[in-house]
Amino acid sequence: MVPVTYYVALSALLFTIGALGVLIRRNPLVIFMSIELMLNAANLAFVAFARLYQNLSGQIFVFFVMTVSAAEVAVGLALIVAIFRTKHSINIDEMNSLKG
Amino acid sequence: MTGDLLIFFILALAAVTTALGMLFSRSAVYSAIFLVLNFGTVAVFYILLNAPFIAMSQITVYAGAIMVLFVFVIMLLGTEQLPPSKALPWQRPLAFILAVVLGVEAVYLLFFRKVTSGLIPQPVESFGSPQEVGTVLFSQYLLPFEITSILLLIAMVGAIVLTKKEKGEQ
Amino acid sequence: MTFFYLAPWIVIFPVAGLLINLIAGQRFNEKVIGIVASAASGLAFLVSVLLAYSLVGHPDAVRWTIGEWIHAGTLQIDWTFRVDTLSTTMMLVVSGVGTLIHIYAIGYMHEDVRIKSDPSRFSRFFIFLNLFIAAMLILVSGDSYLMLFVGWEGVGLCSFLLIGFWYELDTLGRPSWANSDAAKKAFVVNRIGDFGFLIAAFLIFWGFGSLQFDAVFDQVQTISAINSPLIVAITLFMLLGVAGKSAQIPLYVWLPDAMAGPTPVSALIHAATMVTAGVYLIARSAVLYSAAPAAQFIVAMVGALTALFAATIAVGQYDIKKVLAYSTISQLGFMVAGVGMGAFAAGLFHLVTHAFFKALLFLSAGSVILGMERGHHHLAQHSARDERKPKAVPSSAHGAHIDESLHSQAQEIFDPADMRNMGGLRKTMPITFWVYMVGTLALAGIFPFAGFWSKDEILAAAFSKGYTAVYWLLTIAAFFTAFYMGRQIWMVFFGEPHHEAAAKAEESPRVITVPLMILAALSILGGALNLPKALVGEGLAEKLSVWLEHTISIQPGEFIGSVALISTGLALLAILLSWTLYGRQPLKAGEPDPLKKLLGPVFTGMERKWFVDEGYKALFVDPFVNIARISADVIDGRFLHDWFHEKVLLGGYNFICNILLDRYADQRGIDAFFNSIAQWTKDASASLRRLQNGFVRSYALAVLIGVIAIFGYLLIK
Repeated sequence: MVPVTYYVALSALLFTIGALGVLIRRNPLVIFMSIELMLNAANLAFVAFARLYQNLSGQIFVFFVMTVSAAEVAVGLALIVAIFRTKHSINIDEMNSLKG
Repeated sequence: MTGDLLIFFILALAAVTTALGMLFSRSAVYSAIFLVLNFGTVAVFYILLNAPFIAMSQITVYAGAIMVLFVFVIMLLGTEQLPPSKALPWQRPLAFILAVVLGVEAVYLLFFRKVTSGLIPQPVESFGSPQEVGTVLFSQYLLPFEITSILLLIAMVGAIVLTKKEKGEQ
Repeated sequence: MTFFYLAPWIVIFPVAGLLINLIAGQRFNEKVIGIVASAASGLAFLVSVLLAYSLVGHPDAVRWTIGEWIHAGTLQIDWTFRVDTLSTTMMLVVSGVGTLIHIYAIGYMHEDVRIKSDPSRFSRFFIFLNLFIAAMLILVSGDSYLMLFVGWEGVGLCSFLLIGFWYELDTLGRPSWANSDAAKKAFVVNRIGDFGFLIAAFLIFWGFGSLQFDAVFDQVQTISAINSPLIVAITLFMLLGVAGKSAQIPLYVWLPDAMAGPTPVSALIHAATMVTAGVYLIARSAVLYSAAPAAQFIVAMVGALTALFAATIAVGQYDIKKVLAYSTISQLGFMVAGVGMGAFAAGLFHLVTHAFFKALLFLSAGSVILGMERGHHHLAQHSARDERKPKAVPSSAHGAHIDESLHSQAQEIFDPADMRNMGGLRKTMPITFWVYMVGTLALAGIFPFAGFWSKDEILAAAFSKGYTAVYWLLTIAAFFTAFYMGRQIWMVFFGEPHHEAAAKAEESPRVITVPLMILAALSILGGALNLPKALVGEGLAEKLSVWLEHTISIQPGEFIGSVALISTGLALLAILLSWTLYGRQPLKAGEPDPLKKLLGPVFTGMERKWFVDEGYKALFVDPFVNIARISADVIDGRFLHDWFHEKVLLGGYNFICNILLDRYADQRGIDAFFNSIAQWTKDASASLRRLQNGFVRSYALAVLIGVIAIFGYLLIK
């Protein structure tokens, strides 16, 4: 019997690591992967709570999150490829044309 | 320490380690591999949490499709090591500090405020089975389901449009 | 048959004449202009004759109103002509002598405008002369003090215009301020007199409630019983006006300077008519003066003193017209003394006879001056014709035919009116000589010329009324009168010419000499107007006194034999004395006046007019000019303009605007405040802009910070 608190704590930890990854890494692909990690952490929390409250809505939600995340990855990677074609670099620090 | 708890901690350790590995790997490919392992660990968690369908979806969609996509693109773009950054030198320490703060907040919330009840009860056997998930999905959540399909279509179209070469462009 | 309805025409005819000459004068030739003007004056004379004729059977005053003027509260004045015996007397004198002078002026101005080289100014002279006749006739025919004052001011204006007729020249024709200064002096000094007249008019209205003659005179008895100092004040202020207009002490100083005007002006205005306005005023206000005996004494003394004072100055003058000018002042003193003493008939009689012989004398003097000019002109022409080579010949500063090369040689200024240049003119200008003799004898008061009768009547009145001081002053003045006129005769007409121009002088044309002869006849026969009863019996005597009695209460004049003998004796003695000094051994040219040796500094005083003009200049004119100069240059120029306006006002304004408001308030205060707000905004935005550095990582960091913040807030809540 694992208290749900532990699952949520794990989820929070994974989320934090993902956030750290978004902030620290300069490779856009790794940043994207960190975003996936964050989404994954949220999914874990959903499932844990679904089990706690005996409600399948949590799992359905995870289903949809996965779908959306897949779509998002598709488009996002297409974007990165398109940017790479023009910039010929994958250093995110060099994509600062929106500088104000 | 019961068996459940032990398994949980081992798996948790695995998950965190792989996550950290993904974070601190030099090469993008290594990060991708680590992430795949992380997804696998999380899938095991799902099974433990009576969500077999979701676990399998996780493996197929996340680890199978998405990460493969990632690996393809990494192949496309090259995996050269990036030199240490010259811009925003203050950002790395600050990010660490903030991550720590976030963690502290989460810990505080979880362990010093009684927001959730304790143990998870054991649900019925068929909880989380594909039949149950399917039933709920196609009855209660039909509309989001259909919209999601359109969303996937749009994403597909978008991905193709974004990477299409213009006529005459080389 | 009466002609009172013609009363307004005495003014309408001269006004019509002046308007015709004003509008169409430049298109007429000189003869037409002169005829129009003389006809206007002549028609006015004709109307005066008809009015006088109408009064013969109807001797009470007739008032003829032609329109309303001022109707304001209790002040009710209309344009009313008063036809009574006093005003018709004056009208006849003014228009009659005026017409003769108009005719004379045709000839005189014809030569004068050519001497001064401006023939186009001919018509202007006659316009002004007609204007004068109109104004003078308004003065004598007005029915109220206000209408009299209108004429009073009008003649003052015409005097100014005519004295300054050659405003850009002096009497010798050189460009100068002299003539315009003389005109200004006349106007300003007259203005002092007008001030007195106005105060008197205000007092009359205040005390009597009206300015109309009958309304005032009817109330004099009642008012003088209540408030006799008022009557004295009125009469004394009126005396100030008379002193200005009739050239008495202390306001006589303008009259000698007025000789700057052409001679017809001197004759008409400053001998016969305008200067007699003061005497007329006193005569008209006889009722007022009779009610203030103290004022009467003062008036008589002023007149007598003026008579003597002016006579002494006349003795020392060399200009032929100046002698006559001072003689006029002296004779006016006689008249003022006469009416002051209450001998109104005597004073007015002398006014009439004086008009005749003084006009005659002035016009003859004008004829003499023109004769001298003609002689001078011939002289210059002969020199130019005879000797072609340049020679030091006296050349006049003006003249249309003088050769310019001669002009540049000797610039000797020739004064045609200086008696020291004249001499022996009886041979070259006989008619002028004889009429001048007549005028002199009349003025000196020799029996049976007109002046004898009128002057003697005044002296007799002084004697019999007990004004002893006045009597002796006037008698001594009569002595001097005869003396200086004799001196003038010997110097001008007898002896040898002292200047070649005098030798070449010519007689004047008929248009000049005929009026002279008419006036000479009047000077001889004028005494018949008021012969004393004692000599000629009831039928012929005192025509004028009886005539005037219908208007003012006249005491009949007496004839005192002893007075007549003394005055005639003194006059003959004076003429003998003058012959001794000037006639027996005619002066050579350039010799000083023999009186100078005899009287020394006294003669210098006489010659220099007893330094009165210099005294006035030092007492009044110079301080005034200094005050004006200080006000203009120092106060207005340096103080107000340079210092106050520039430094205080402009500097203060500049200080307030540029320094206080602009620099401190605006720039450092308001601008700085708002600029600082803007600057702060800029700085804030500059620092905030650094958030948008384009780096995705920092954007993500910002998101995380936001998440942590919200998370923390929710936790703490």
